[in-house]
Amino acid sequence: MRPEPFGALLYHFGTRRLSFLKTPQLVDVVTGLERHDDVHAALDSAGVVDAERPAYLRALAGLAANGTITQRRQETE
Amino acid sequence: MKLVEHFQYGLNSPICLTWELTYACNLACVHCLSSSGRRDPRELSTAEAKGVVDELQRMQVFYVNIGGGEPTVRPDFWELLDYAIDHNVGVKFSTNGIKLDAARARQLASTDYVDVQISLDGATAEINDHVRGPGSYDTAMRALENLAAAGFAQPKISVVMTRQNVDQLDEFTAIADTFGAQLRITRLRPSGRGADVWDELHPTAAQQRQLYDWLVARGDGVLTGDSFFHLSAYGEALPGLNLCGAGRVVCLIDPVGDVYACPFAIHEQFLAGNVRSPGGFQQVWQHSELFTELRRPQTGGACQSCLHYDSCQGGCMAAKFFTGLPLDGPDPECVRGFGEQALAARDGDLRLPKSDVDHSRSAPRNSRRGRAPVPISIGARPADGGPLIEVRPARACEASPLAPGTADTRLGSAAARV
Repeated sequence: MRPEPFGALLYHFGTRRLSFLKTPQLVDVVTGLERHDDVHAALDSAGVVDAERPAYLRALAGLAANGTITQRRQETE
Repeated sequence: MKLVEHFQYGLNSPICLTWELTYACNLACVHCLSSSGRRDPRELSTAEAKGVVDELQRMQVFYVNIGGGEPTVRPDFWELLDYAIDHNVGVKFSTNGIKLDAARARQLASTDYVDVQISLDGATAEINDHVRGPGSYDTAMRALENLAAAGFAQPKISVVMTRQNVDQLDEFTAIADTFGAQLRITRLRPSGRGADVWDELHPTAAQQRQLYDWLVARGDGVLTGDSFFHLSAYGEALPGLNLCGAGRVVCLIDPVGDVYACPFAIHEQFLAGNVRSPGGFQQVWQHSELFTELRRPQTGGACQSCLHYDSCQGGCMAAKFFTGLPLDGPDPECVRGFGEQALAARDGDLRLPKSDVDHSRSAPRNSRRGRAPVPISIGARPADGGPLIEVRPARACEASPLAPGTADTRLGSAAARV
């Protein structure tokens, strides 16, 4: 993740896809994913308001669709 | 603010960085944009080149486009390739194929984060060799065969579009399919030795239309390096930045460490600094006078009132500069014909700007002189908000033209605007 004036540039060395995270808030959401139990907790933590939530969910879905972020494996003990 | 507007004010680090490792080349292509041929004795040493890689890693430049000259004739090429990849700087390198024997092809096939781009400017030996020199078609084909035999996934075949090969687009596609390769087509620029042959080789107005129509109909999956954005004025905007990225998201490091605004602008007027100077590349990228100037808001000059200004933004700075046109006027290949008019209206006594960086085997390299201020005019797009993210194909400067399914387009329209 490379900080840029608009947000950040996100590069995945595996898929070689480059994504532009276009708000600082989205950068907070994406970096927060690993610390939170689920997407909504990460959105809450970054202070994403309800009205904007669908846009952020779509952005995350886009990142997931191209393999930049992946679903955490379920604990199966 | 739309992403492209952020881009015109510059980024912390470049997205598309071209790094030419040597001016030495076994070929002498008539349109060589860096006037390559002979090695320059001042080229970066292996240690210095590794220092540049270290700096790129620190700046989080995720990949570089390596070229030349012919980069693989540098004895330390393979060492530098491994060094870059080991330091999280992915490499795409352009080659005429001269060193890609079976063993090297196998080596490349087992290396992650490397892309290979074979230059080919004719789908037949006759047309290719006319531009690139005798035997160069066979060399390229042999390299592609070796890569395919080694199982190297999807090399690129890179074609500079000329008056002679526009009709061969389908044949190029067939060649690419034969080798499991991806076709990449780029624009002929009047840069380097290209200035000497541009009048003869640049596509005619009718061929530009033909090229655009072909891209619309069959360009899915064809890479263009964003180089045909001046054709967007025909109608459908071509996906990609549609913005001259010189000094903003793009730049060139040449073999002696000089940093230019773009690979097509090797001329003292577009020289921003040198990686050997204090502060290195980062200092040049972030603080050089030239790049600071290029990142200021620009007006469209003579083009501003044009209906199509938003899609072509006046076209290519280097193409204008080396054909002697004002930088705030139309591109010489303006699809509305304003470029042709401007070319015809040039003063008969006009001396075209010529780079003093010339390593052609028949010409001496002259000393560099002081740099004059650069008159610049690159335009802005109007603001219309922006989606939260944009996803680019593997290499940001390699947008796939017109593909309705490119992630960029899809997400751009699907994501809400903020």
